[in-house]
Amino acid sequence: MPNKTFFWFFLPTGLAMILFIGLPIISTGIQSFYAQHDQVVKEVKKCDPFGCTVSIVVDQEATSILRDEKPLGKFNGFGTYIDRNHLAIEQISDFWKETNSFGEFINQVTNLPFYKALLFTLTYCLFVTPNVLLLGFIIALSLNAISRKIRGPLIFGTILPMIVTPLVGSLVLFWMIDAEGIIGANLQLMMEDPYLSLKSSRTLTWITIIIYGIWHHSPFAFVVFYAALQTVPQEPVEAAIIDGASRYQRIRHIVLPHIYPVVTFVALISLMDNFRVFEPIIGFSAEGSAQSLSWLIYDNLVNEEVILFGSAAATSMMTIIGIAILLAPVLIRTWKEFRTAR
Amino acid sequence: MRKILLTLLFVLFGTTAYADGHCSKPSGSINILANDFPALRTFVETAKGCKGSADFKVTHSSEHNKIAVPALTANPSEFSARIAANSSIVPLMNQDLIRPMDDLVKKYGKGIQDSQLITIDGKVMAVAFMANTQHLYYREDVLKELGIPVPKTYEEVVAASEKIRASGKMQHPYAAAYKAGWNLAEEFVNMFIGHGGEFFKAGTAEPNINNAKGVATLNMLKKLASLSNPDYLTHDSEAIKVEWESGKVALMTLWASRSGTLLDDEGDAKITAATKLTGPATVGGGNIPAATLWWDGFTLAKNRSDSDAEATFIALAHAASNKKMVADAADQAVWLVEGFVPGPKSIGVIEAVKMGAKPYPMLPQMGLMHGALGSEIVEFLQGKESAEQALKDVEAAYISKAKEQGFL
Repeated sequence: MPNKTFFWFFLPTGLAMILFIGLPIISTGIQSFYAQHDQVVKEVKKCDPFGCTVSIVVDQEATSILRDEKPLGKFNGFGTYIDRNHLAIEQISDFWKETNSFGEFINQVTNLPFYKALLFTLTYCLFVTPNVLLLGFIIALSLNAISRKIRGPLIFGTILPMIVTPLVGSLVLFWMIDAEGIIGANLQLMMEDPYLSLKSSRTLTWITIIIYGIWHHSPFAFVVFYAALQTVPQEPVEAAIIDGASRYQRIRHIVLPHIYPVVTFVALISLMDNFRVFEPIIGFSAEGSAQSLSWLIYDNLVNEEVILFGSAAATSMMTIIGIAILLAPVLIRTWKEFRTAR
Repeated sequence: MRKILLTLLFVLFGTTAYADGHCSKPSGSINILANDFPALRTFVETAKGCKGSADFKVTHSSEHNKIAVPALTANPSEFSARIAANSSIVPLMNQDLIRPMDDLVKKYGKGIQDSQLITIDGKVMAVAFMANTQHLYYREDVLKELGIPVPKTYEEVVAASEKIRASGKMQHPYAAAYKAGWNLAEEFVNMFIGHGGEFFKAGTAEPNINNAKGVATLNMLKKLASLSNPDYLTHDSEAIKVEWESGKVALMTLWASRSGTLLDDEGDAKITAATKLTGPATVGGGNIPAATLWWDGFTLAKNRSDSDAEATFIALAHAASNKKMVADAADQAVWLVEGFVPGPKSIGVIEAVKMGAKPYPMLPQMGLMHGALGSEIVEFLQGKESAEQALKDVEAAYISKAKEQGFL
């Protein structure tokens, strides 16, 4: 496609992207550098059905003057980014000085909310992404090999996890693994431990969420791989069969190289999706044991009675940066291939 | 506190001739945001009976806290009234989103009692209509069979639960809403107040929980948690209600406003018959209960025309002074409205008031403390860190948030 045609073709999409993705990100970025004005409080008498007390409230007149002057709030620079609830630079350097062993230091650092969330998010990505690719590929290969007659219903069954709303899917599993649920209660019986709970142990919660993640995301990989498998040319495969290549050798040397670009694509999308893991945490009520970066943002925006826009914006920006870092190797590789291909 | 006692006394010995709250047929537009439980539905329905020619809309949502501030910040705001409680009125006050209603009370609030008015700095900011608290529920049959007296303190709750467990009748005899987040933090708030704790250093927004009282609070929570279903960190009020109804729990701390659903005809009749209510427990030898008192009341949005505010007030005041409503729905809530005769389901709240329970702290920075507690004490309960470390974390998390919000 000539560049000019491409430009006009892309223009509407580009404009929409700037309007709905670019500008909000810029706005979020700006907000992350601001904090609320210093609260002016005053002592007043408060009375309710249970009696009167002297208490404090925010002085609205004084605050509205401050707000009118600077509607964005107090400029805070990277203050929010480096505070204890985010990168916690100060706390980490303190830990480094105070702790005696490296293990203790790591313990202290992963006790900080941001690093705790980062640790879970990365663990989730690391386990879910490769397993999704592998499982999706295996399912695609197996389904591709069976009779066409029963393929349709099987494909439908396979993509069910993706059709089920994530929240509903996780809720179903959540009830099943409850200590009174079918899986939870049977596990207790099998292990002969009435206190065993998949939900109260951190490790078991993580494993549950990761398994759920693999179950939920595999169909996506399967659908894409299955489509890609239909494009594998039959001649080289037949030639290989005549040459006596085993099934494994055919897949390793013909099929995989052919669908390699698609694998990269699925890996990219999966990584991005998994880095933003959120629904299973809500669905499994796993806030206590597993927190992700997206959950931190959600928590800042809705779980407090006071909305922490600055905190949420800072975490959002760091999530974007995190995704960029994760994707960098794959993107650079694709770019290089693109260059050599030209 | 004395006021509510007087109210209740007045109610007990007062007139029983029910008159319908008067209604001066408003016009305009009324749109109400409220939490979703039976008493509030009844209240709003009653208000609807006095809508006159006004356009009447209502949103009942358990996610009301998440909607309220953004919806009332808009100008004109989406809602003309918001049914709030001690804690949820604070963000509305902080952001200056609700209007004083002294003139409206004077003009249309004839049936509203003075004790219902929430005044801040001399201005009426809300009109309360019901009270709530968390208190103990117990299974009479189980306690009797094992010869356990009804517990009055949390130490006795622990002893009783251990005895029930030892008897082999129940594996996890205690339940409370310990779901990580808001619920768990609320349990901490109750227990900390029961120990006589103050959340902030006097007159400042500096946290004051990392002390002996905080440690005692956490240790008690952990002891109770060990006697609960191992999934306690995922259980909210609804989940423990289900546990109770399945007969697996003999002692429970739960909201008074949920007693109606526990004592209704649904479920196992034997369990329902043996379900008894008592006041909240004290803790650590203290004499005030480890519970907080709550009121539910209506507030009027500031960013809405005066005529809409007037119409909304007329309708809601009609409900907030409606003797017929409180007589018909006497088992749904502890109404603060004149004419209410407390029934057996109100024991918890009345006991709490008699014992001198404190109201939930209505401070501008309390929401941040509540949020920090909800996530930072989890690891202590899981046995991953010491009580001191958990409290240190809470304070640190709170301080960062309070700095961002300009409170420190």
